[in-house]
Amino acid sequence: MNLIAQGVDDTSRTWTLSLFVVLVIATLAITAWAGMKSRSANDFYAGGRSFSGFQNGMALGGDYMSAASFLGIAGIIALSGYDGFLYSIGFLVAWLVALLLVAELLRNSGKYTMADVLAFRMRQRPVRTAASVSTVTVSIFYLLAQMVGAGSLVALLLGIGENDTFLGMTAATAEALTIVVVGVLMIVYVVIGGMKGTTYVQIIKAVLLLLGTALMTVLVMWAFKFDLSGLLGTAAAESGQGEAFLNSGLKYGTEVSGDLWQTTVNKLDLLSLGLALVLGTAGLPHILIRFYTVPTAKAARKSVLWAIGIIGVFYLMTLALGFGAAALVGGDAIKAQDPAGNVAAPLLAQELGERFFGGDTGGAVLLALIAAVAFATILAVVAGLTLASSSSLAHDLYANVFRHGKPQDERQEVRVARFAALGIGAVAILLAIFAQNLNVAFLVALAFAVAASGNLPAILYSLFWKRFTTSGAVWAIYGGLGTAVLLVVFSPVLSGAENSMFPEADFAFFPLSNPGLVSIPVGFLCGWLGTVLSRERPDAGKYAELEVRSLTGIGAH
Amino acid sequence: MPDSKGTGREPDDHVDSLAVQQSPEFAALRKALRRFVFPATVAFLAWYALYVLLSTYARGFMALQVTGHINVALIFGVLQFVSTFGLAWAYARYAARHLDPKADAIKARIDGDEETTS
Repeated sequence: MNLIAQGVDDTSRTWTLSLFVVLVIATLAITAWAGMKSRSANDFYAGGRSFSGFQNGMALGGDYMSAASFLGIAGIIALSGYDGFLYSIGFLVAWLVALLLVAELLRNSGKYTMADVLAFRMRQRPVRTAASVSTVTVSIFYLLAQMVGAGSLVALLLGIGENDTFLGMTAATAEALTIVVVGVLMIVYVVIGGMKGTTYVQIIKAVLLLLGTALMTVLVMWAFKFDLSGLLGTAAAESGQGEAFLNSGLKYGTEVSGDLWQTTVNKLDLLSLGLALVLGTAGLPHILIRFYTVPTAKAARKSVLWAIGIIGVFYLMTLALGFGAAALVGGDAIKAQDPAGNVAAPLLAQELGERFFGGDTGGAVLLALIAAVAFATILAVVAGLTLASSSSLAHDLYANVFRHGKPQDERQEVRVARFAALGIGAVAILLAIFAQNLNVAFLVALAFAVAASGNLPAILYSLFWKRFTTSGAVWAIYGGLGTAVLLVVFSPVLSGAENSMFPEADFAFFPLSNPGLVSIPVGFLCGWLGTVLSRERPDAGKYAELEVRSLTGIGAH
Repeated sequence: MPDSKGTGREPDDHVDSLAVQQSPEFAALRKALRRFVFPATVAFLAWYALYVLLSTYARGFMALQVTGHINVALIFGVLQFVSTFGLAWAYARYAARHLDPKADAIKARIDGDEETTS
């Protein structure tokens, strides 16, 4: 049953573990070095604003291309065909929102966090509190999904099946241990390295990920003599679905014959997902704070351009990985290892290694390489998320809400940020161990939905709408965030369906599993209503300052 | 000034933002920015919406094979990549030609004023 364990057991495990160790040592060394060079708050929060557009573009890619993209999308394509591609497209097109409307203006007007821009011309305490709540919520959701995923993934990559033991550990123990190790590492990266260390970890990860996927893509195409149609045809035939495998509908927006209601719901769910994907990216706090790591708005623009190039090429390659896994490994073999399909890319690596690099050893080595890339991917993303939430807790909540924004020792603020990272990390580890056996993959989509419903409306109104007020900002964030979370709680994701988190219970009344279609318009509406219903006068002088600063960079940090 | 790199000015320096905001140069910059980014955003969102809607409701059309196993769905999907790359490139070019010079000019004028008055 266990293909990985069967073929390569010890060779592969040894290779995988050694590469994990090398990776951990290398990233820790860089973190220590970055930590020694970090002195000020500016270094901790914004990496000294000294990265180039290209470096930050790589780091944006490293922050964004999560294990969910790398293993998840390849897995969806391998099992359900074309539907995985829909994800990639939403994830990529979303960057245009960041490029055209957000990146440069945010870079010019903010300092360390998303709330710097939202609270710029508003009353500080309510807006910063709301932004901090939303930042921590989005980051924890995202973090939890990554960490729970990491646990089961590493167990799979090391070939520890349910009934196997490894170094005397059962699979469950190994998963819990992995969660703790990943959690401790991300805390160390952030506490010691700050934004500088985290950025370097993300750059390394992006390079490894691109090299790994490029190698596999070339090998897949080579196996099919660079005939794309041949690859697709074989994948479709092997899947047993025929040409339907090359079109949407097997996983998302599925048509249920004879059940018009369910068909309609499924299709609306697909639209909802599409909307949340394309509008979520530009509201993700861990992405937004990356724009502060470059010196100017022009460099911020350049970093988004690089990110679009890198991420676009990567997603095109996942197409080859996914269809390649369907054609060369086969859906049944993948499902036997992991019903969710997350092992499609590693199994493909093993298959390709055996074909091209001389049998079992070649397979073991390539598998180990791709496993290490996946591990690096997880580490870089969780570090970015931890940094985003601890920055917001320290800079928004501690410095500006609890200390009323009094001029103070920034070193004290950074100390608080480090403790916050420790706290967030500890909470994430505990929650992830608790949620270990729950299906929490939906949390990434939920994080995107919350970011699109709460953060994006507030950001866009702040930057472009003169009349926008404090109540508007607060309403937009809590309204969008609250609606998104509540709708998910009362959706089939949590209860009332076979694959729900709590299948025994049924308190679902909202039929869609992605709340975006409703919660995003609600977020925009709340921001508008909060503004027009309040008697508050917008501060024209502060808006002038924000507009001049955001467009020209005059007065920018 | 350990905090600011790339700008020669501390955030708290006094600049009459209202005056700058109401200057014709700034109005031109704002107009040039909005003239590009607003229509471009509407366009790419509509183009993406068209793709998602076709993927949801026009699967027969998307399933049409163009050559071999390559169907309309795949080509449409790849075109989303092409349009994203294309629009990003077009914006970079537009910004370098029409936005950066205007922003730099305003900034240079303000910095110059500052020096002569202080």
